[in-house]
Amino acid sequence: MSDLVIETAGLTKIYGRQRAVDSIDLSVPRGGVHGFLGPNGAGKTTAIRMLSTLILPDEGSARVLGYDVVREADHVRSHVSLTGQFASVDEDLTGHENLRLLARLHGYRGTAAGERADQLLAAFGLDDAAGKQVKKFSGGMRRRIDIAASLVVTPELLFLDEPTTGLDPRARNEVWDIVRALVAHGTTVLLTTQYLDEADHLADRISVIDRGRIIAEGTSSELKASVGSGTLHVRVMHRADRARARDVLVRELGVPVEEAHDPQLLVAAIEDRGRVTRALTALEEERLELAQFALGQPTLDEVFLALTGHAADDADAEEAA
Amino acid sequence: MSAETKASVASSAPTIADALASASRPPRANALSTSITFGWRALLKIKHVPEQLFDVTVFPVMMTLLFTYLFGGAIAGSTGEYIAYIAPGVLVQSVLFITMYTGSNLRTDIDRGVFDRFRSLPIWRPSPLVGMLLGDGVRFLVASLITAAVCLAIGWRPAGGVIGVLAGIALLLVFAFSLGWIWTFLSLILRTPQAIMGVAGFTLMPLLFGSNIFVDPATMPGWLQAWVSVNPVSDLVTAVRALMDGAPVGGELGIALAWSAGLVAVFGSLTMWRYRDPR
Repeated sequence: MSDLVIETAGLTKIYGRQRAVDSIDLSVPRGGVHGFLGPNGAGKTTAIRMLSTLILPDEGSARVLGYDVVREADHVRSHVSLTGQFASVDEDLTGHENLRLLARLHGYRGTAAGERADQLLAAFGLDDAAGKQVKKFSGGMRRRIDIAASLVVTPELLFLDEPTTGLDPRARNEVWDIVRALVAHGTTVLLTTQYLDEADHLADRISVIDRGRIIAEGTSSELKASVGSGTLHVRVMHRADRARARDVLVRELGVPVEEAHDPQLLVAAIEDRGRVTRALTALEEERLELAQFALGQPTLDEVFLALTGHAADDADAEEAA
Repeated sequence: MSAETKASVASSAPTIADALASASRPPRANALSTSITFGWRALLKIKHVPEQLFDVTVFPVMMTLLFTYLFGGAIAGSTGEYIAYIAPGVLVQSVLFITMYTGSNLRTDIDRGVFDRFRSLPIWRPSPLVGMLLGDGVRFLVASLITAAVCLAIGWRPAGGVIGVLAGIALLLVFAFSLGWIWTFLSLILRTPQAIMGVAGFTLMPLLFGSNIFVDPATMPGWLQAWVSVNPVSDLVTAVRALMDGAPVGGELGIALAWSAGLVAVFGSLTMWRYRDPR
């Protein structure tokens, strides 16, 4: 048995003229969380749908747990689970009915199916809502039943497509706890997200996806290190001073300085930390009042900006069907 | 809200691990069992959304009363005589007409994403669709019984008796199940429930009205008679009529069953081909 849970070569899906997934080569080792990070429409969902046998690749190949996703699709389905981005349970049915339905489909017979449903509802803190229709669930409860529905039979590999999109911070933390519990149990999780802090918190390894291609891969720290040793954030007190402050920083630091969305903020990737003190002094000499002057590790937002030339939340591409 | 506040997932992480560990993988469910399970799902949906029985109850009653009293006097001289002719036909029409809801229901499932979950399961591939059509069979049965009851109430006295009527309904349900595969295929190639209903309605009109349901084809112009005689719905109606009237059943029974088998073979295969990689 291979210790790679996912192995793809040139995996491609074409919708019309758009290469929704464009020749992806991926190797995901067993265990832990692998993150697919990218903006809306980057091709994350399309890639996951090919890997979970929901759609056929147009070019290239993929093996999941050693099985070919086209020729041995049924073996793949026996060992993986998918929690889609949208409702992956029947909204008209109750929580208990949904899990019992899936338990029966997985081969539990008679009362065993109901017992398995009860077990999962209890584990996910949903016993009180067991008899309620799923469409009446709150967002956080919805996500939990979606994930519970994927665990009726414990999968070796779980695909989680944007599990926390639209959740409040508390519900998001609950989902994160569930993912950690799964990983501790030995399930490998492939998670897509457009939230950089989510990938940062959960993922052991991250593939950054943009316009159907993987543009970078590594641990969160590796990705950050690839951008530079640190990032300087300077906020001027008055917007009008920004252009002048930028000139000073470019001169003193010798690196490009980006103007962020925030009209007072300047961001620069630093290669030589020694020049930062000089830059601060120079700003003071120019009598530019500062609101903030901070040197830190780059965030994944900045990594994304550096890798793609556009911010992660630029939803410039439509998510392909 | 109470469920939300009472449950703390942070403290239930160990119980999640327990739930995972305690899951022994049961033997794989067979094709029959998964199909029936999906049929059970369809019945649960009727339980939770009883409004979906509206079309199968109101529509047949309306059709029966409308056609009997609107055309009865003109076509057969009296409604009493016309009901004897039209009852089996109106049964066929009511049921075949509501089969098209199968397509829009499937499209809604696909759009909501729950079908992705079903398609990702290690089960016999057609079972979600077969189960859905079996569940619809229950709705069709309800429609048949209601239509038959209305016809009986306004003076229909079928010579075939209970057995004959039930045999006719059984044949009708087989044909309706087979016709359903056209709509499942449509719902995998068209993108909105509206488009599916449009195409299905367009397909059903000539099948239902260009048949021997309402009038004797002998009164029609030649070109229309030619269509009526190749229309499988005419064969179905003739066979259902014979069963219900207790008359000898001719070759139409075989033709209707052959069409059913053909529809499943062709549109069942097309459906499963699109099912693998739908839009």
